[in-house]
Amino acid sequence: MAYSEKVLDHFTHPRNVGVLDKSKKNVGTGLVGAPECGDVMRLQIEVDQETGLISDAKFKTFGCGSAIASSSLATEWLKGKSVDDALRIDNMDIVEELALPPVKIHCSVLAEDAIKAAIKDYQEKNGVVAGTTTPAATV
Amino acid sequence: MEKRRLIYLDNNATTPCDPRVVETMVPYFFERHGNAASRSHQFGWEAEEAVDYAREQIAQLIGAEDKEVIFTSGATESNNLALKGVFEMYAKKGNHIITAETEHKAILDTCKHLEKAGAEVTYLKVREDGLIDLAELEANIRPTTILVTLMWANNETGVIQPMREIARICEKHGVLFHSDATQAVGKIPTLPRETGIHLMSFTAHKMYGPKGVGALYVSRKNPRVKVTAQMDGGGHERGMRSGTLNVPGIVGFGKAAEIARLEMAQDAERISRLRDKLEQGLTKLEETKINGNVQSRMPHVTNISFKHVEGEGLMMTFNQNIAVSSGSACTSASLEPSYVLVGMGLGDDLAHSSIRFSLGRFTTEEDVDFAIESVTKGVNHMRELSPIWEMYKDGVDLTKIEWSAH
Repeated sequence: MAYSEKVLDHFTHPRNVGVLDKSKKNVGTGLVGAPECGDVMRLQIEVDQETGLISDAKFKTFGCGSAIASSSLATEWLKGKSVDDALRIDNMDIVEELALPPVKIHCSVLAEDAIKAAIKDYQEKNGVVAGTTTPAATV
Repeated sequence: MEKRRLIYLDNNATTPCDPRVVETMVPYFFERHGNAASRSHQFGWEAEEAVDYAREQIAQLIGAEDKEVIFTSGATESNNLALKGVFEMYAKKGNHIITAETEHKAILDTCKHLEKAGAEVTYLKVREDGLIDLAELEANIRPTTILVTLMWANNETGVIQPMREIARICEKHGVLFHSDATQAVGKIPTLPRETGIHLMSFTAHKMYGPKGVGALYVSRKNPRVKVTAQMDGGGHERGMRSGTLNVPGIVGFGKAAEIARLEMAQDAERISRLRDKLEQGLTKLEETKINGNVQSRMPHVTNISFKHVEGEGLMMTFNQNIAVSSGSACTSASLEPSYVLVGMGLGDDLAHSSIRFSLGRFTTEEDVDFAIESVTKGVNHMRELSPIWEMYKDGVDLTKIEWSAH
C-alpha cells in the first residue's frame, strides 16, 4: 500500500510537534488511543481568551504514518479557528484531504476524537458545559 | 538521476532467486519444455531426467532418499498435505494433533480446518523465549495422538525449536512428527532422518530458489509414512500429489539446494556476523529489546522492539530505502499485533513496536551500516513525535494511565 504525497509530507515534516503548558487555564489537552492498540494521540489547543480563537495547537502521536499525518493536519486546521468551528472538523474531511485508504480511516477518527477531547478539557477548565457554547452563526 | 539505494532485509518473506539458479532454469521453459510424465518421447525423458536430478540434489541437502521428496507448489501446500494427509490416513489410530500457538498460519489454519472435520488439536503455549516446554509437550500426548507438528525455526523471530528432543518424545510415544522447516532448510543443517522427523515441509523461495515450488519429505522406512492425497488426478509423486510437475521450478529448486549444501556453512558464518553487527548497532539505542531466544536462533534473523515507537510508522521513516517487516499490522480497526510475539508473552504495546530484520546471501556490510544509520534516525524521529516516549522520559508510569481503548 502506497501512501499519498500529503501523508508522506506530514509524516516527514510534521507540523506543530510539541507540548503546551497544560497547567494554563486556556490550554486544553486531549489524550486518546492506547499503546496496546498501536496508536496514541495527544493534541493540545491554546485559546486566546480575548478573541476566543485557537492561537496555538501542538501534538505528539505514537502510531503509523497515517495517524501522525492526521494529527499533524488537525493542528494546522485548528489554528485560527473558534472553538465552535473546531468542533465541526469531521474525520471525513481529514480522510479526504490526506486521501486515506479505508483501512486507515480509524486514524482520522482518532484525530477527531483528540480534537474533541482537547476542547472538552478546555471547556471544563473554563466552566463551559459542552454543547452550550455561544450559538454558531450558521445554525 | 542517482539510483535510490534499496536494501533488502526481508529475506524471511522471500529470498531473491540466485542468478545461478535462474540460469539453470532457463532451458526448461523452451528448449527442454517437456512434461516429466510423458514417457514416450525425448522431451518427456529430458524433463523426467531433470526432475530426478533435482530430487537427488534436494535429497542430498536434507540427508534423505530421493523417493522421500514429494514435490508440491510450496510450503503451504506441503503443510496442508502433511496435516490433512496424516489425519485421513491415520484416522483409525486417533484424531489428536499437537502444535504450538506460534506456528505459521499454514499450520494453524489447517488445524482449524481439521477441527471442523473432527480433529482434536492442542495448541501448546511457548515460553517467553519462544521455545516450547518439552515436559508440557509430553504431558499432552494421549493414546489418540497421531501427530505432533512443530516448526523448525520461527518466521518472525528465527527461534529454533529443540528438534531432537521433540523427536525423542514422539518416538517414545509412537507418534508421528512433522516439522514446518520452511525457514530453516538451506540455511542450517536440517536432516529429518537423522533427527527423527517423519514429515518435513519446505520451499524453494526461502532458499534462493524460485517461488511456486516446494516439497514435503515423507519418511519411507522406520516408519514408512503415508499421507492421503489432497489433490486427485494422474497419480504423480507416488500417488501423494497429482499434477504436472513444475519442471523449471523443480530444476531451480534442485540447484538452489545444491548451492545451499555447498555454501551453507560459509553463508551462515558471514551472515550471522552481519546480523550481530546490526543487532549491536541498533540495541545501542535506549529501550530496545531483542525478541526470542538468542542462543537457539537462526543466523540471519533478529527481531527487535523499539519501545514507545509504533512499528509501521517506524518502517515508514526508512521504507523508501530499506525493506523489513513489522510485528504491527495497522491495517484494520482492530490493529492486530503479531500473534507470535503476543504468544511469547510480549505486551501488545511491545509487539506493535517490533521490527523483523532478516538478512541473506546478498546482504553486504555496507547494507548493514546503512541500515543501522537509517533505523537509528527513524527511531529518534518517531520518539520525538511519540507522546508515550515523552511520558516515559518524564518518569510517568505508563501502566497507571487510563487509556481510552478504541
